[in-house]
Amino acid sequence: MLYIIIFVLISVAFFTHAERKILAAVQRRKGPNLIGVFGLLQPLADGFKLLVKEAITPSNSSKTTFVIAPLLTFIVSLLSWVVIPFDKYSTLSELNLGLLYVLAASSLGVYGIVVAGWSSNSKYAFLGAMRSAAQMISYEISIGFIVCTIVLCVGSFDISTIVAYQKDVVWFITPFLFIFFLFFICIVAETNRHPFDLPEAEAELVAGYTVEYSAMKFALFSLGEYSNILLMSGLTICLFFGGWLPPFDFLDFVPSSVWFGLKICFFVIIFVLLRAGLPRFRYDQLMTLGWTIFLPMAIFYFVFIAFGLYSFNGLPL
Amino acid sequence: MLLKKKELFKQLKNFTLNFGPQHPAAHGVLRLVLELNGEIVERADPHIGLLHRGTEKLIEYKTYTQALPYFDRLDYVSMMAQEHTYSLAVEKIGRLQIPQRAKFIRVIFCEITRILNHLLAVGCHALDVGAMTPFLWSFEEREKLMEFYERVSGARLHAAYIRPGGVSADLPIGILDDIFIFCNSFIDRLAEVEEMLTTNRIWKERLIDIGIVSAESAVSWGFSGVMLRGSGIPWDLRKQQPYEVYNELSFSIPVGTGGDCYDRYLVRIEEMRQSVNIVLECLQKIPCGPVKSSDTKISIASRSELKNSMEAVIHHFKFCTEGFILPSGETYAFTEAPKGEFGVYLVTSGTEKPYRCKIRAPGFAHLQGLNYMVQGHMIADVVTIIGTQDIVFGEVDR
Repeated sequence: MLYIIIFVLISVAFFTHAERKILAAVQRRKGPNLIGVFGLLQPLADGFKLLVKEAITPSNSSKTTFVIAPLLTFIVSLLSWVVIPFDKYSTLSELNLGLLYVLAASSLGVYGIVVAGWSSNSKYAFLGAMRSAAQMISYEISIGFIVCTIVLCVGSFDISTIVAYQKDVVWFITPFLFIFFLFFICIVAETNRHPFDLPEAEAELVAGYTVEYSAMKFALFSLGEYSNILLMSGLTICLFFGGWLPPFDFLDFVPSSVWFGLKICFFVIIFVLLRAGLPRFRYDQLMTLGWTIFLPMAIFYFVFIAFGLYSFNGLPL
Repeated sequence: MLLKKKELFKQLKNFTLNFGPQHPAAHGVLRLVLELNGEIVERADPHIGLLHRGTEKLIEYKTYTQALPYFDRLDYVSMMAQEHTYSLAVEKIGRLQIPQRAKFIRVIFCEITRILNHLLAVGCHALDVGAMTPFLWSFEEREKLMEFYERVSGARLHAAYIRPGGVSADLPIGILDDIFIFCNSFIDRLAEVEEMLTTNRIWKERLIDIGIVSAESAVSWGFSGVMLRGSGIPWDLRKQQPYEVYNELSFSIPVGTGGDCYDRYLVRIEEMRQSVNIVLECLQKIPCGPVKSSDTKISIASRSELKNSMEAVIHHFKFCTEGFILPSGETYAFTEAPKGEFGVYLVTSGTEKPYRCKIRAPGFAHLQGLNYMVQGHMIADVVTIIGTQDIVFGEVDR
């Protein structure tokens, strides 16, 4: 378990660095380049700074919950890593309901945010938390249906089985290109990233639910958030891009965990480019999009696939 | 009855949110008290005065030359446009003629200022709506433009370049070539910014039908500049009441149709294109000659004159110690500043200091219409509307 925590934290640190570098490249700047070669030690310096800063607890907040909220977010975001297979044999715990477990754990993440917004006793944080809760719940439903579509084809909730299934057949991106896009947009919304980063919309809510947080408590929130992004990228890879599998069989000699890492990097870059390129949605537009477009489409596709499999006797039962 | 009747009715109050002055979208020091119904804004109450420096009163205690730099500091993103208006006011009251070359230099730099301002307006607007890349791109262009400022005046921001009687110094060698090169490449840079935004679906969803101002209400709220033209009224002082050499130049004024934020965004982009054309045309037409009035009483005498003429030494001494005296009278000078009609109402009393200087800032009139524009919109739209009004607090608070 410690093994995973350390690796996730290190990759989160370099994810923030990559984000700043890629954004800088898009915006014709240099980005962090003073600390270490190419600024590679910048995330460590940032982390250290946040660690030694004074942690302010607003006098109006309810102290206990104010402290619990970032811990909750952080711990919950690490929980799901347990079932993500990095390699054929390296999954921390091979739950046969792995996918359900991931969905459940990511739903729990909302609690941290709502508690944070509520306990800070600040209007901006409160609005941010309300938005976040609504947003995560509504997009989780679509994600659930999309995941069910995949499960329907494979016949297992176990992520390793889903990946192994793709080795025998074909990466699911090929047959399910359409719902892949749907899924990807949903996970962008689910992880509160641009263009759906309404809970912390800088221009309107300043920093949303994290507005009262500083120092390590704030760091825990952003660690949780970034690890969630990595986790969701990992999940996308397992569901649609064949997890640890190499793209061609003759590339077998490259260790499969390397493939997993490369694929995650690819998604991380897409996440960052989205942030660089797009304006932000408005709250009501986001909800309309989620409930009137994504959800019906996901349900329709699920029913369509189910009927298709049923009528051609393809159900894996 | 155990429950008294009045306890059953609970007074419901709207959620009030204090927006600013320390808020990333407050464009400086705007403080808004928002009354919210859920996320819908019922009322927005702008509180101003946090950047009040008493400019108008200070000017009453300064000579006409000393008063000039205050105008740079009003709207600190369109500096020269305001110096220009003040200089026009002084020239109008003193009945001064300025050389042709000075007029062209003024127009070139007023249009450069317009581009400076609109780049900031569009960039910050995009940043408020959530797109951060156009902001950084446009700031790179601003950097180049401010270099031109620096080359003519020595200062990047508060130039004090356009002065009563002309401009403070002639253009340095080669700057017109560099402006030409800039203008040619800027069209491409502008197209890049537009690619990011104009047809972007999210950008359109966020801007179209937000903050609609009808033509009548734009007039009755006292809007000017882009806020007025976005609503479909083709009113531009450069065309309607031309000053300097604008009547010799060919340019068109873009006008919106719906009066929403998207129209105003498009108007700003097109105005930048027109400004580039104006600058290019001026580069072709600019004559040689002096750049300030030959009357050494109101514009400082040159070094060579000082060496050769006793009269010039006396004028120089009087100009630098006492300033110059304008006949008593009053005037209102106005120009099309990037944000709208910027006016200076100057009352003189036959001394070396103005008796009264009233400044008409376009942003002030726009801010008073904020409540009208945001009513019924959501919090996120308040940010969009502040962005589209292009408010700068230097000029609102003065």
